[in-house]
Amino acid sequence: MAEPHAEGTGRIVAGALAPHPPHLVYADNPPQNEPVAECGWETLRWGYERLRRNLDKLDIDVIVVHSPHWKTVQGHHVLGVPEFKSLSVDPIFPHLFRYHYDLQVDVALAEAIAEEGAASGLCMQVMRNPHFRVDYGTITSCHLTRPEWDIPIVAISSNRVYFDYNNDVGDRQMVALGRATRRAVEKLGRKALLLASNSLSHRHFTQEPPIPEDMSAEHIYHHGQYLWDMHVIDLMRRGKTRQLMAEMPDFIEHATSECKDGSLSWLLGALDFPDYPAEVHGYGTVIGTGNAIVEWQPPAAEVAQ
Amino acid sequence: MTIELALIVPRMPHPLLCPDDSEGYRALADAYAEARARIEAIQPDLLLIYSAGWVSILGHQVQADPHPEWVHVDHDFHALGSIPYRFRMDPSFGEAVATAGEARGLHIRTVAYKGFPIDTGTVTALKLLNPHNRFPASVLSCNVYSDRAETVVLGKAAADAVASENKRVVAIAVTNISHRLHSVPVPPAEDRFASLKDDEWTRKLLEILGEGRLEDVSQLARTFTAQAHADSKLKAIWWLASCAGAHNRYKGEVLAYAPVQGAGCAVVALQPDTSGAANLEFDEDDVEVYRGDRNVLDPGGAAPVDAAPTPAPAPQPVAKTAPRPARSGRVDVASDKAPKPVGAYPHARRVGDLLFLSGVGPRQAGTDAIPGGPVRDADGNPVNYDIEAQTHAVIDNVRRILEAAGSSLDRVLDVTTFLVDMDRDFKGYNKVYAQLLGGIGPTRTTLAIRALPTPIAIELKVVAAAGDTDMAALTGAARA
Repeated sequence: MAEPHAEGTGRIVAGALAPHPPHLVYADNPPQNEPVAECGWETLRWGYERLRRNLDKLDIDVIVVHSPHWKTVQGHHVLGVPEFKSLSVDPIFPHLFRYHYDLQVDVALAEAIAEEGAASGLCMQVMRNPHFRVDYGTITSCHLTRPEWDIPIVAISSNRVYFDYNNDVGDRQMVALGRATRRAVEKLGRKALLLASNSLSHRHFTQEPPIPEDMSAEHIYHHGQYLWDMHVIDLMRRGKTRQLMAEMPDFIEHATSECKDGSLSWLLGALDFPDYPAEVHGYGTVIGTGNAIVEWQPPAAEVAQ
Repeated sequence: MTIELALIVPRMPHPLLCPDDSEGYRALADAYAEARARIEAIQPDLLLIYSAGWVSILGHQVQADPHPEWVHVDHDFHALGSIPYRFRMDPSFGEAVATAGEARGLHIRTVAYKGFPIDTGTVTALKLLNPHNRFPASVLSCNVYSDRAETVVLGKAAADAVASENKRVVAIAVTNISHRLHSVPVPPAEDRFASLKDDEWTRKLLEILGEGRLEDVSQLARTFTAQAHADSKLKAIWWLASCAGAHNRYKGEVLAYAPVQGAGCAVVALQPDTSGAANLEFDEDDVEVYRGDRNVLDPGGAAPVDAAPTPAPAPQPVAKTAPRPARSGRVDVASDKAPKPVGAYPHARRVGDLLFLSGVGPRQAGTDAIPGGPVRDADGNPVNYDIEAQTHAVIDNVRRILEAAGSSLDRVLDVTTFLVDMDRDFKGYNKVYAQLLGGIGPTRTTLAIRALPTPIAIELKVVAAAGDTDMAALTGAARA
């Protein structure tokens, strides 16, 4: 872990769409996970490998992850305890994901994000209960991005504003939260990697094959989802993220997108809507949902500012 | 083997973690205590729980860890404190529910993993209703994609397991009624309903529940969801009403109703009571078997197709009697003019040109009355009955099912008859058979058996030609 920069010189060194299907951890067979797989979802796992190779070239001292599986109603919450060590069991896929985690939290940055968010008018809470179990979305995205767990994290919850109000209100809050995150990173002098831990299209199959990693049963839930996913990815590759934000409410509704949990909007807000091309490391389906691993590295000129 | 008491309880942790922070939280905690006292008075074999807060995607899940143990912290209300727990589950009952669910077409499995996250609602309910684990529990999940049919069938599967395991059960729906929370924390003393219309609609539902009309509330769930912020479409109410038998005959009592951070939370007790409101007006289908609507893993092989190459039979007058597509190359038939099946099977299944009927008895559709009387009374003692009347009724039921499938009695090809008393009944049965089916001339086999599932003396198993089949061609093909 690098020393923090002087106050005011921090920056987001990269942002990534880093989806969290626990199937990918299961198929990787890391020692932390109890179930054992034969294979599976290679195109996505190889995509994560490419992302990791790129990130290895960067100097990163904190990973900030926004996770759809820490669901909160009353505000946006951040982890505020320095260390967590426990067992995460996926309530949906417990046969695939029972992961022993041991992680550190950059509490100072978490508190700074909460302060900046509150200054923007958002309801923010710092989670200080030591018995809290970190959600499996956070763990999965962080593991797949940095399996060494040698960089502290900040986890941000997914507020249900999209569900309680509507997609436009949700996007506005998430963009504000993303900008607050950026300001906190800059103020504390951190070199931060930001992860949006969501899938794209998100309609699941409700059954799975007897062997979960049987790839003969894996495909997109329906063609409409695929068309939307490809359109969204095309916008990312062409640097059209403002157009993507404009179309986000429709994408969420038409493709049952997990962007409804706000992670991608938060990331794009934090990156100030990149107009440079994103690098797409991989796309694949997991139990019918569409998942892309996408990286944004701000150009050198922007980083230097 | 009965539901002794049905309960609706909220899934917010406040009555457990901070009951004295507001009058409403205290009222809910006191109502939980009253519900607990009623459970202890019953001394049930099992607490059977469906929790709206336990979300599943792959069908439904049933908790089967005999002693799940953890220190639980709510994702939203972590500041209220931690909840250490060690519960007592009934894994064999969980397996029975899963088996019954599979028989009814559900995708369902048990889960028994160390550290599996039990949801806040279930933890709160078990801590408050069963603090000393005096009674084992079984907990079912709420599928995020399920609608009424799947949830109602889950309730019936749970009822099947209650019967097969011979349990006296308290059934518990863990759910808020309205689920719009304040988007920022509200000081408990100032807590109020987040939405006035949620409160108004919830009060109406609670008024009906107070009259013991659980099935009526189940029938109103879609209306409530359209008008207010229902908790998970009120699936928990669908499940509870179905599990308890889809009726309104309860003594209902709303023990408490209060806001918890804006959500509409109630504790309701429903005691089965034969004097309750009996009239039912079903707007929803009463589904026995879940046939799925997705076919996602095998879309090519499992897509519904018409069974016959020729046009399908003309629609029957009653919508529910029209043949409906099944999973592959088959058409199942269900008729509301024939007695309700006593298990997870259709009245008939069409495959190609043939109709295969499930065993048909003399019970009357709607009432289950047995023409000619039952073969034994409620205590199991033999009583006199009229085999000729029963035979008439059986063949009439066969006719109704065939007509529902677009066929008719004169297209019967083969009959297998089961009699519980060959010596006593063959003559009378044979006489009526000759009158009604002798002229048609199907092949026939008659067997004596020890008993039938209901107190009837006769059952027929029939194979017939479908209504759009050319009988001459069919028999000609057989000769060839």
